[in-house]
Amino acid sequence: MPVDTDLGKDLVGLEPLSAAQIRAILDTAEPFKEISERAIKKVPVLRGKTIVNLFFEPSTRTRISFEFAEKRLSADTVNISATGSSVAKGETLVDTARNLEAMKIDMVVIRHSSSGAARFLADRIESNVINAGDGRHEHPTQALLDMLTIRDHLGRLEGVRVCIVGDILHSRVARSNIWGLTKMGAEVAVCGPRTLMPPYVTELGVQQFARIEEAIEWADVLNVLRLQLERMQAGYVPSLREYNRFFGVTRARLMRAPRPLLILHPGPMNRGVEIDSDVADGPHSVILDQVTNGIAVRMAVLYLLAGGAPERAEAAKSAPEAP
Amino acid sequence: MTPRSLLLRGGRVVDPSQGIDDVLDVLLADGAVARLGRDIEAPEHAEIRDVSGLVVCPGLIDLHVHLREPGGERKETIESGARAAAAGGFTAVCAMPNTDPPVDDPAAVGFVVAEGMRAGYARVYPVAAVSVGLRGERLAAIGEMVDAGAVAISDDGRPVSDAGLMRLALEYTQTFGIPVASHCEELSLSRGGSMNEGLVSTRLGLQGIPNAAEDVMIARDLLLAELTGGRLHIQHVSTRRGVEMIRAAKARGVQVTAEATPHHLTLTDEAVDGYRTEAKVNPPLRTAEDVAAVREGLADGTLDVLATDHAPHHYDEKEQAFDDAPFGMVGLETALGIALTELVGKGVLTLNQLIDRMSCGPARAFRLPGGTLAVGSPADVTVIDLNAEWVVDPDRFLSKSRNTPFAGWKLVGQAALTIVGGRVVWDREVGPR
Repeated sequence: MPVDTDLGKDLVGLEPLSAAQIRAILDTAEPFKEISERAIKKVPVLRGKTIVNLFFEPSTRTRISFEFAEKRLSADTVNISATGSSVAKGETLVDTARNLEAMKIDMVVIRHSSSGAARFLADRIESNVINAGDGRHEHPTQALLDMLTIRDHLGRLEGVRVCIVGDILHSRVARSNIWGLTKMGAEVAVCGPRTLMPPYVTELGVQQFARIEEAIEWADVLNVLRLQLERMQAGYVPSLREYNRFFGVTRARLMRAPRPLLILHPGPMNRGVEIDSDVADGPHSVILDQVTNGIAVRMAVLYLLAGGAPERAEAAKSAPEAP
Repeated sequence: MTPRSLLLRGGRVVDPSQGIDDVLDVLLADGAVARLGRDIEAPEHAEIRDVSGLVVCPGLIDLHVHLREPGGERKETIESGARAAAAGGFTAVCAMPNTDPPVDDPAAVGFVVAEGMRAGYARVYPVAAVSVGLRGERLAAIGEMVDAGAVAISDDGRPVSDAGLMRLALEYTQTFGIPVASHCEELSLSRGGSMNEGLVSTRLGLQGIPNAAEDVMIARDLLLAELTGGRLHIQHVSTRRGVEMIRAAKARGVQVTAEATPHHLTLTDEAVDGYRTEAKVNPPLRTAEDVAAVREGLADGTLDVLATDHAPHHYDEKEQAFDDAPFGMVGLETALGIALTELVGKGVLTLNQLIDRMSCGPARAFRLPGGTLAVGSPADVTVIDLNAEWVVDPDRFLSKSRNTPFAGWKLVGQAALTIVGGRVVWDREVGPR
């Protein structure tokens, strides 16, 4: 395997990855897509591997997606959620890490509300760590599935104009998308209320649009982020109605676009707030393709971190033993 | 104490308070400086120390330390902190009142004084609370606390958010001649933040604390000091605008002193990269532009004092996700070495300026004894080896805590002897007394 595509022990974020590493993950996801189309959706790639899904934050979509990916690769999985576990009883993250390590597991998928939590865990255990979202920092598999979906539909990432719309300040999805897309040669912009923009965001190599109309005129792809309802309670935006009026992705706005726009949303959606139903359910929405691709991308990441080679992914699907 | 004398022979005496920088002998007797001069004849029974090649200066004074006792004894005690201070070359420290319970009444002040005396290393001066329970609601018994030994008041760790209360504090303290030391932070701008607001916080996905959170409070306090004529001391200045505003206020005669910490003089928010909790501190590490301005402020005297904001934390509190870890770093045992290496060694300050900011300036700001080797002043002396090369190893700290971002730094210069009241309380060759 060429050294430059080796992911190392962990997938903590896309910021430290090279374009070659990202491309290797996306390419490896391709052959894994087919497994989910089979009648018997299981291959022995990770047979005998133990994976813990450690979710300190509630998550339905990401956790289920990882669990399907793990099960379809024949790994043994355990789900731990913060409620009802020793975490809720005050155990520290470092103690949780040490206990997991003592149980001789192979991989941990972690979701945590604190930025840096995945890296913290990765630095302290020998098992592979996959970041399923840490605070506002990164959510690398989400950005990978977004990129795979864009590539599926537009045939490329290079030169594609992607605008991320909404609460960039609090969004790990936005950060991972910015790193991933810019490395892959896409042009990236952000758009949303100024109160929800991180300081110095343009220094990450992205453009900033104050108004959604400008973004729509510019972009090939809109990645529409969920507006967390607590942002309104905290006063970042005066009301959901006003948010929809000035930043909502509506059909009327898209009709004025110079070209058809691909519409992505990481979910779960607030219909009628950041995205209108006729857009979410419309012909240019690829939101459900994202969900399908999520499983393939996560299978690819699990396979690669377990030591698999990108070029052997196709063959590995029918191989009798884990790589 | 047995009346005993100590003759420091042949050192380079640097005393900015008297404009002295010369090779002289220093005779300490009965707890005071008895004589400075060439070839002083040793009195009978005097202990003689050859300090040739070393710098002899008025004892270093740290206006800003957290000794954690009572309530936080697993992090630090008054004794362990005073011992660490002595090892760092400090002959006196000012202990902040945000303990548990806080130092907000005369009995608590008396406790700190007594424990400091009992420890017998660096002198420990209590700083008492501005407000009852540090709650920022009404003034604590400031007069009684001054009688019990408090040298200043501060709600440090948190700001005095109510401008009206700050005004009262700046007025009421004038009877007692003590300063109000202010931790400048506008909480509505800093709440939820864990590092400097900037490109690094955006990259790391951490909520930032903007410079403005500090600056608006510095501006407010300077205006209130001007209004009242009270004595204001601004703690741990970290921003460019903060330095500028203090400089302007001094120029128009506002009674203000201010301090800078070793970390704000040497580190930027880049030190946080990798979620390094040992670099998590409040106010946060800022940008290179701010560091340059703080350095300039310390050099030109806008900032009178170099103080550590020594903030010990137990290792398991720092071994957490960044947002969950507490703010603060230890500084007593690294401050002098950092300052000599990074400031004097790199031409930011002269040695005379550094000794002024670490000894004379602090004594002036809080009107403490010491800060001078004038005959008759307390025999508090620091002897510095400017050439000693050493590496910061937290495992060797005398502090009970190890939380420093300077681990592994190669430094040049350290305290060889720390002398308090004529007694050697730290000797590099043998450790604490």
